[in-house]
Amino acid sequence: MDVREELLDNGLRVLIQEVHTAPLASVWCWYRVGSKDERPGLTGVSHWVEHMNFKGTTNIPREKVKGIIEQYGGYWNGYTWIDQTTYTETATHDALDHMLFIEAERMANCLYDPSDVESERTVIISELQGGENDPEQLLDQELTAAAFHAHPYRHPTIGWLGDLQTMTRDDLYGYYRQHYVPNNATLVIVGAVDADDAMRSAVKQFGTIPSGALSKSRYTPEPPQLGERRLTIAKEGTTSYLKVAYHAPAATDPDFFALLVLDSVLTGAKGLNLWASFRTPPPQRSARLYQAVVNSGLASAVSGGIVPTQDPFLYTVSLTATAGTALDSLEHRVLQVMDTVRTGGVTPQELAKAKTQLRARLVFEQDSISNIAHQLGFFETIANWRFFSSISPSIDAVTLEDVARVAAARFTAANRIIGRFEPHAE
Amino acid sequence: MPSDHQPNTRSAIAASPATGRNERGLSPARHVLPNGLTILAKETRTTPAITIHAGFHAGTAYDPQDCAGLAHFVSKTIDRGTESRTADQIAEELDSRGVSLTVAVNRHAMWLVCTCLSEDFERILALVGDIAIRPAFPESEVETRRGEIITLLRQDQDNPATVAMETMMRGLYGNDHAYGRPVRGTLETVERMTAGDLRRFHRARFAPQALSLALVGDVGADRAVAATASVFGEWQADAPAGMNVVHVEPARARRSTVLPMMNKAQADVAYGFVAIRRGDPRYYAYWVMNNILGQYALGGRLGDSIRERQGMAYYTFSSLDASVAPGPLVVRAGVGPANVERAVSSIDVELSRFAADGPTDRELAESKQYLIGSMPRTLETNAGIATFLQTAELFGLGLDYDLRLPALLGDVSRDQVHEAARATLDPSRATVVVAGPYSGSLQ
Repeated sequence: MDVREELLDNGLRVLIQEVHTAPLASVWCWYRVGSKDERPGLTGVSHWVEHMNFKGTTNIPREKVKGIIEQYGGYWNGYTWIDQTTYTETATHDALDHMLFIEAERMANCLYDPSDVESERTVIISELQGGENDPEQLLDQELTAAAFHAHPYRHPTIGWLGDLQTMTRDDLYGYYRQHYVPNNATLVIVGAVDADDAMRSAVKQFGTIPSGALSKSRYTPEPPQLGERRLTIAKEGTTSYLKVAYHAPAATDPDFFALLVLDSVLTGAKGLNLWASFRTPPPQRSARLYQAVVNSGLASAVSGGIVPTQDPFLYTVSLTATAGTALDSLEHRVLQVMDTVRTGGVTPQELAKAKTQLRARLVFEQDSISNIAHQLGFFETIANWRFFSSISPSIDAVTLEDVARVAAARFTAANRIIGRFEPHAE
Repeated sequence: MPSDHQPNTRSAIAASPATGRNERGLSPARHVLPNGLTILAKETRTTPAITIHAGFHAGTAYDPQDCAGLAHFVSKTIDRGTESRTADQIAEELDSRGVSLTVAVNRHAMWLVCTCLSEDFERILALVGDIAIRPAFPESEVETRRGEIITLLRQDQDNPATVAMETMMRGLYGNDHAYGRPVRGTLETVERMTAGDLRRFHRARFAPQALSLALVGDVGADRAVAATASVFGEWQADAPAGMNVVHVEPARARRSTVLPMMNKAQADVAYGFVAIRRGDPRYYAYWVMNNILGQYALGGRLGDSIRERQGMAYYTFSSLDASVAPGPLVVRAGVGPANVERAVSSIDVELSRFAADGPTDRELAESKQYLIGSMPRTLETNAGIATFLQTAELFGLGLDYDLRLPALLGDVSRDQVHEAARATLDPSRATVVVAGPYSGSLQ
């Protein structure tokens, strides 16, 4: 991986990789700010700020925002999650300067017009309500809240409704000014560009933005869980859902990769690209949990979620009970499978298969410049970008003993949180 | 999972050519085997991987009238055992190489799609061939997947977006038309389908003449053709019958339906019309019209009004699904219960305005520039190229379609777009469905 890296005087880290497979360039601007940085009363502010940062700047009038990338055939988007916020454009390579200009404006000059704040308030509440329409999403939110008592991972990225109703323009603008500074950001450029030219453009667009006073955020570590936690959502619906979660290691914890292997054995390998992995289902039909609950007819779907995070987060197994299956019997079977892995580890064949799957997924998820660029920047927000190149050797290095040890330590009753969505008829 | 800023509303954009560096464009190799199977091969070197994309003329449009959901049931069971392999053996062969096979079905086609490492290509293609040619539909697998489909149907019943769309499609097309029937069938039809029904569907619809196989990635045309001939070359079967398209009269009056789902937080609006066929010469004008109305930037004019100016909805957009038969143009929105009537009125206003005045010159230029300019991006990945080649093959658009498409879009005039809007966007003939926590009565 040939990556050109520079740290500008104002603290902005710039990463550039030339990839000449299509006449395109992808730009991602990453900020080390996510919903874990929000204090009580301001939950959802990171995500709302992301929305406000698409609304016009000092040098991009509001009415010029529409079509600003589309005129280059481009695509733009952004997302906010627990550790990071990011903005991206992918367009023809001749639009590179234009993309960098947009990102520099976004970093320094967003307007936060009060009328835009009010109209976006209702858009975001609509987004929250759309999420609540989905029982699985609702269950995931409640489960995460139950899993964390102290660490700010406990609140949803979208925020709690009460905060969304009361947050002010100044709350949003103050948060923006505090976190959107070059020394809290990473700029990634990947595509059919000349690395020297692209670096000069980056310096030209971003070099004069002053750095800011960043106070080091402190996050209360989640104290050890002392026993199993359970929660139930009883709501009108047609289908039962079950989630079984375990406190999991952070990405930089050596145990992370053993858990990644365990997830492959249990539910099939997903890879490690949040931007790409959910678009292709994992190879999972021979996986232990799929065999035990889907092929036996207890569940219509099972998936496992282990994602790289800065602080310890969760490994979550999500299941949809088939019509007529009692959640008790599904839960019983899932816990049996988890107990078998906890006490017996995995077989050498399973370990080999998991590694093959993960290797293949790592190739598949590098199929576009936007996916390549995503991976460079994403890992810089939770560790550092070089972490990405350590993934493959780290997976190769996982041993049967590592897997057994991590399964024994993690898949205990005391470390788990069980969430159930139990529907009732109207 | 991360919270996307934009809902995924752009997938309706189907096309785009190769790289601007290459004036020959994609130039895929097209090869027809003696048994009628069509191979579309395109070599790329981005990753050491190959996308296998097998499309059969076996969509839900071929469901028997009284057996809605049969094609979907086949899609859930076709890869669960062959004459020589058990479901577990198939699972092991795929999983051990990190491959996940997706079987998808739409109104007209069934797709077997997967991506594998280049080194595994011949073995995986042989497996896909075995699944396509000799599926066994074992009874036990059929029963297990029946349970999954019934669960999916129950989930659909609790999903306002699905409820609104299915009801709107039934309203537009009626139960006699393939587009009016639910893709997954009903609890009643799914309960009574047998393994024999699935086998009969497979025998009737799966044949080499009805298969187009796109092979895109780290594979040359010679290797692609040789591997295909080795797997599929001996396959002989009768050519499947064509589809009888039932003629649909466009609605003469507005029809509104409210489906209260009071356990939900947000209501989904589906607001539609019968539009045109993919082969209609007006297709490109309709494509541009739809982009201006409900796609461009953040949901076109609809997004400007309903999301940006009025702050009523996180998502609103329009989509055009022109296909073998005249497909629908649908406006969608997700809104809080207090905003349902205002959102529907806003859609009415935007559509009436577009029909009366047509697009502005600027809108026309911007949308055309965007649709043409986005082609390299849509054709960046192997999967994107495979989908493009299959669309071109299905609708007979030619191997140079990527090179011709910019001019087809570029030639669309303001009058043509205005005429498309006038012919379609008439609120007094719209079919409107609202599903969610709303029990009022719509006009």
